[in-house]
Amino acid sequence: MSAMRAGVERRKLLDKLFVVLGLLVLFAALAVLLTLFLDLVRQGAPRLNLDFVTSYASRKPEQAGILAAWVGTSLIMVVTACVAMPVGVAAAIYLEEYAPRNWITAVIEINVTNLAGVPSIIYGLLALGLFVYKFSLGQSILAAGLTLALLILPIVIVATREAVRAVPRPIREAAYALGATRWEVTAHHVLPYSMGGVLTGMIIGLSRAIGETAPIITIGALSFIAFLPESLLDPFTAMPIQMFNWVSRPDPGFRVNAAAAGAILLGMTLLMNGIAIWLRYRFRKRMNW
Amino acid sequence: MTTPASPAPLWKSIRRRRVRDRVIESLLLLAGLVAVFTTVAIVWILVAEALPFFDHVSFADFLTDTMWTPLFAEPRYGILPLVAGTLVTTFVALALAIPAGTIIAIYLSEFASHRLRELVKPVLEMLGAVPTVVYGYFALVMVTPFLQKLIPSLPGFNMLSAGLVIGIMIVPYVASVSEDAMRAVPNYMREGSYAMGATRLQTATRVVVPGALSGIAAAYILGISRAVGETMIVAVAAGLQPNLTWNPTESAATITAFIVQVSLGDLPHDSIGYQSIFAAGLVLLVVTLAFNVAGFMLTRRFREAY
Amino acid sequence: MQMSMEAGATAPVKARTSKLHFWYGGLHALQGVDMDIRDRQVTALIGPSGCGKSTFLRCFNRMHDLTPLTRYEGSIHLYPDDIDLVSKEVDPIEVRMRIGMVFQKPNPFPKSIFENVAYGLRVRGMRSKALIEEEVERALRDAALWDEVKDRLQSSGLSLSGGQQQRLCIARALATSPEMLLFDEPTSALDPIATARIEELITTLRERVTVLIVTHNMQQAARVSDYTAFMFLGELIEFAATSKLFTNPDRKATEDYITGRYG
Repeated sequence: MSAMRAGVERRKLLDKLFVVLGLLVLFAALAVLLTLFLDLVRQGAPRLNLDFVTSYASRKPEQAGILAAWVGTSLIMVVTACVAMPVGVAAAIYLEEYAPRNWITAVIEINVTNLAGVPSIIYGLLALGLFVYKFSLGQSILAAGLTLALLILPIVIVATREAVRAVPRPIREAAYALGATRWEVTAHHVLPYSMGGVLTGMIIGLSRAIGETAPIITIGALSFIAFLPESLLDPFTAMPIQMFNWVSRPDPGFRVNAAAAGAILLGMTLLMNGIAIWLRYRFRKRMNW
Repeated sequence: MTTPASPAPLWKSIRRRRVRDRVIESLLLLAGLVAVFTTVAIVWILVAEALPFFDHVSFADFLTDTMWTPLFAEPRYGILPLVAGTLVTTFVALALAIPAGTIIAIYLSEFASHRLRELVKPVLEMLGAVPTVVYGYFALVMVTPFLQKLIPSLPGFNMLSAGLVIGIMIVPYVASVSEDAMRAVPNYMREGSYAMGATRLQTATRVVVPGALSGIAAAYILGISRAVGETMIVAVAAGLQPNLTWNPTESAATITAFIVQVSLGDLPHDSIGYQSIFAAGLVLLVVTLAFNVAGFMLTRRFREAY
Repeated sequence: MQMSMEAGATAPVKARTSKLHFWYGGLHALQGVDMDIRDRQVTALIGPSGCGKSTFLRCFNRMHDLTPLTRYEGSIHLYPDDIDLVSKEVDPIEVRMRIGMVFQKPNPFPKSIFENVAYGLRVRGMRSKALIEEEVERALRDAALWDEVKDRLQSSGLSLSGGQQQRLCIARALATSPEMLLFDEPTSALDPIATARIEELITTLRERVTVLIVTHNMQQAARVSDYTAFMFLGELIEFAATSKLFTNPDRKATEDYITGRYG
């Protein structure tokens, strides 16, 4: 065999080795996700029942449940969605459809990019100083919801901009040519046609918010609550807080609870992401202009 | 048949629609400005709440003291132990995430079929969406016991396990940003390489990766920024005691873990403990901001290149 | 430039451009165009690509206002109301409500056929369902599409063929009874059969509305128009009755272009 042939063979072998390596790393990543979820379900299985969902926290692990936590999380998510959706979509619409090319626009763009990279715990500190003390909202559901809304704002803005940008220019021109104003073009055409993408971004944002722990620890979520909040200004706990509390206790009984709470939390996150991915897929397929 | 409608009623309605448009435009601008207000508020709050802290502690001590014991009778406020903890966990995370993320990116961009890519990317996305407190559980309850079999002396809380799991968390991020950069390399460059008889791997490592270098660097830097700011994994699995060490098998607190630890207690609003978390947060913000700006400039450079 | 035309006396002027200049940023795209558009006649704009014919067309409904850093100078007077379409005092929304447009590629909204046609009426504030239905039917009839779609008005506009989509876009523009209709190379994305139907439709439209059409196809201009303008490098080179311009042009450049000696 000539030297050249040998070289070719060796290079081809390296190629194949890399394919194996690539697949191996990919499957390792996949395996982590699978192991993690299955292990949470397996470890948490004894507590994955209706009692767990309908009981308050307790000193006895086998009696403790996540009632206050999931109610708290649900209320926080409602506040977050109600704030992040309109503000995020409006900001994205402004940047895509309205913004003139001036320094104000540039400053907004830079800030959106920058905020996407700010660690979540910094948002917690912001909320502690601003919402809890300066605005006197206290350690409340409202403060937590607003904090998470600010946190996911860049996600909603970026996703909405992408969806809005996918609406072809000729569609806008057609509406303008019929005498529509900028807002009419936006409200009658651009937004409805990009709704799939906007919703996808919103769900991804909420799936991020639902698992966020650090910022709501910082603003002072409680971990032991034996009542349901009656107003948005009440103190609260949330799913990730409850899980964190249980996982930090040495008693193995609480580890089981942590696993059960984790399984539910992870299940919800993956479900939301799944819905978002499916929506995005369908949206892409439907919109062939 | 097509006598145009008299323009008189049209006029009025146009005026009204114009006014409505103006009002809405201002509202939309206001929404856009929320991003600016948020940044300003972050800087303002962190600085304003941290300033009283520096009345008690000199800036030099803060940066050079090797002890961080704010809750002791004789408190010391040297940020170094927290910075060291942050650097060690970040370093461990990168040691895992950079090779794994890069390999995945090269594989997906240069080797994988379209179908496999469409299948794998959502899974990677989900891996990046796992709540960090769940990852913390994973590190503490699954990874640490596993590592203890390899390193029997490993304590229950350690930076190695936390760092590795942070690494897993940022793999999808590093992979997707790098892959975007690689896919932006134009095909004619690949074709040139194939025409010279190069294999896929050679094309990937000698043409595509160098061509996408600034984008890949940006992916790494943005990954670093995430690792530095990660909180729950270290708070759960690395321990909450500040410890000036460079040894990943020890337990130590990071900047973020310290903030969590203080927040868990009920500190009065004007105590120095309360102020100290804002000082720590300020350091964290400055560090992540520096990485973000660097990453941003690098991505812009590679976008301009093609 | 003074125009010589024998047919000119028959139809009143619908729109008159005077010293119309247009800039894209620093690019001087129209350099003083004077032209009379005759009422209920079809006027075609021809010329090599980049000559400014589409730019000229888009001045009539102020589409350029949507692009930053553009500037008009001169005037386009619309008669009989005598308003200056490109004046800063005139709202582009009003201009677009008077003057309809059909684009190069069919661009129906991803809505039902009915809603596509009704959109312009709704924007104008028309609420009466019966009135809207009446106008939609009239527009679809005028666009020679009614018989093909009358049984499926609620299906998506995107479900139609390319030629039908373009006729839907014509119906959409006709629904609001515009004073002028602008066509920007309306058949460039269509097959020859669909093209023939659109051309036939345009020739019948002249009974109802003043038509200004940009075309890259000289035969098309000869087939559908009463007047033809030849533009080159942002200037109007020659403007005359179509029969005259194609058989006996005054200018050498026009002759070179129509005989194919130019690009």
